[in-house]
Amino acid sequence: MATRTVIEAIREAMDEEMARDPSVFLIGEDVGQRGGVFLASDGLFKKYGEYRVIDSPLAESLIVGVAIGAAVNGMRPIVEIQFADFIAPAFNQIVEEAARFCYRSAGDFNLPIVIRTPYGGGVHGALYHSQSIEATYGHIPGLKVVAPSNPADAKGLLKAAIRDPDPVLYLEHKRSYRLIRGEVPGNDGVVPIGKAEVKREGTHLSLIAYGLMLHYCLEVAEKLATEGVSAEVLDLRTIKPMDEAAVIATTKKTGKVLVVHEDNRFAGIAAEVMAVIMENAFDSLDAPVMRLTGPDVPAMPFNHVLEEAFLPNPERILAKAKELAAY
Amino acid sequence: MATKTQEVEQKGGQSRHRSLGLSDEQALRIYEVMRLARAIDERMWLINRQGRAPFVISCQGQEGAQVGVAAALKPGYDWVAPYYRDAGVVLWFGMTARDQMLSFFARREDPNSGGRQMPGHFGSRRLHIITTGSPVGAQLPHAAGIALAFKQRKEDGVAAVFFGEGSSSQGDAHEAMNFAGIHKLGVIFVCENNGYAISVPQSQQVAVQNLADRAAGYGFPGMVVDGNDVLACYEVAKQAVERARRGDGPMLIEAKTYRLTAHSSDDDDRRYRQAEEVALWRQKDPIQRYAKYLRESGSLTDAAEQEITERISQQVDEATEYAEEAPDPTPDDLARFVYKQEPRF
Repeated sequence: MATRTVIEAIREAMDEEMARDPSVFLIGEDVGQRGGVFLASDGLFKKYGEYRVIDSPLAESLIVGVAIGAAVNGMRPIVEIQFADFIAPAFNQIVEEAARFCYRSAGDFNLPIVIRTPYGGGVHGALYHSQSIEATYGHIPGLKVVAPSNPADAKGLLKAAIRDPDPVLYLEHKRSYRLIRGEVPGNDGVVPIGKAEVKREGTHLSLIAYGLMLHYCLEVAEKLATEGVSAEVLDLRTIKPMDEAAVIATTKKTGKVLVVHEDNRFAGIAAEVMAVIMENAFDSLDAPVMRLTGPDVPAMPFNHVLEEAFLPNPERILAKAKELAAY
Repeated sequence: MATKTQEVEQKGGQSRHRSLGLSDEQALRIYEVMRLARAIDERMWLINRQGRAPFVISCQGQEGAQVGVAAALKPGYDWVAPYYRDAGVVLWFGMTARDQMLSFFARREDPNSGGRQMPGHFGSRRLHIITTGSPVGAQLPHAAGIALAFKQRKEDGVAAVFFGEGSSSQGDAHEAMNFAGIHKLGVIFVCENNGYAISVPQSQQVAVQNLADRAAGYGFPGMVVDGNDVLACYEVAKQAVERARRGDGPMLIEAKTYRLTAHSSDDDDRRYRQAEEVALWRQKDPIQRYAKYLRESGSLTDAAEQEITERISQQVDEATEYAEEAPDPTPDDLARFVYKQEPRF
């Protein structure tokens, strides 16, 4: 077991998959010489050359559209959209094209494409370098959406995404890139898409999260333990298709659930988790399902007071969890 | 890099196709596919007006540009990214009258989409026709991606992408041509300029006379060609294909043509264009024009014409009958193929 940061795990997964399969290539803005603005592809341009690691023009719709064409013609593209906030110009190519290729051709075409993009806040990224997009894209049939929280999952899910025959939106929490370290299996550890994981066992209540918030929830569970509250922490890991069985199982086990994410509240992932619980585990509930999310304002402002006011933090999660525990 | 107009060589008019390297048989094959595209289209309108099918979108008037360009490509090796009028392109690439009629009636067996898409939304992996949606212009980056894959594998395949002058206004058109120019990709951009995007005339779409002028801004040549002259279209496409296979990069071909029908069965073109204008273009019909040439060059005899007519009529009849009788999808089909690999737990 080697210790890696999230960004190192992502780089390692791309490197290993590119070495394994000559049809895998990376395309995006600044991914070549620069190695990506976060250095996710550092060294890969030198190793694989300009037609395996392609510096694209500054045109997101093109990047995804070209990946679609290349995938149709036998390649397995990894797209890097520099920030999730910049993905909107590619919305038509992702939603109307990539996500529908299989369906609209009745299974004749399929697109093995990964769209990687850094999302999330807490890095003074302001309105346009902090956004969360998982609810928007999670709504789209034909797309798979993953959001790993730690290096092992980051590597394993990226490998699974690259090998998947369908388009996968792979969300990387940018604050986790260098903040989160962890052991990464040296073997070919593929983490299956669509599987959540209990990251901490508990009996009194369940905290359900993903990405950076998952780490805040683990911190909160630790604090709760000192106060005699046993919290289970479930990492969704895949947003779509959601591991409903895991959500139902933890609900039946603890009877109390708090869902946490930094994406906006309205019609967010928490709302979907809550609906799954209401439909499948209502009888097991000892309290109303609760959520702590980013507010319904457009995005995180630049000023630190406003940024902190937007982003759920361990203190607020702890307070909400105590409210749930006391219910 | 300046835009050139492909001058139609009228001298030696008796053997234009032979001087382009086309045998009499190939020249007649082009004619037959143009006529088949037209005949299927006309039958669809008839059935639609009888209330037996809800929607038609037409190729009529543009068959010369479509088949002329497609005939310069290698079906099954090269790829095409057509738009919804390109019946001539897909028939050349191997689709059949039956395939088109199955699509028209939206039957389960429809090879384009299993009855999920409107007619004209072509696609076949086997035939190297990329699946197409309705938002226009999206297929241009796809063609660039197909050509990129050829380049990555050091193969000399070509991707030909077809679009109207309306689609040329989309950002994707600019982005794709820019990228194809940067990497000298083997893409042939074929603008079938029929003068109207539904109702909006070219003068409200672009400020220039020739769309092909844009190519200069992307670092590759643009050619204007008479889209109703199938041999001229073939000739310019042949140059573009040779160039692309050599690795010299893309070409933008603007085929100036005309849409002889309304935009679709739900459009009334009398609201935005004059009957006189349509009548004028009917006289320039690419099929009649090519038939005249073939007869004058001695390649098309009355007997051959008769045979072609009978063959087409038989194919269209058979296809219509088969497709109309073919089963619809079942409600269970609704949820199939959302993913190639359905998630399982």
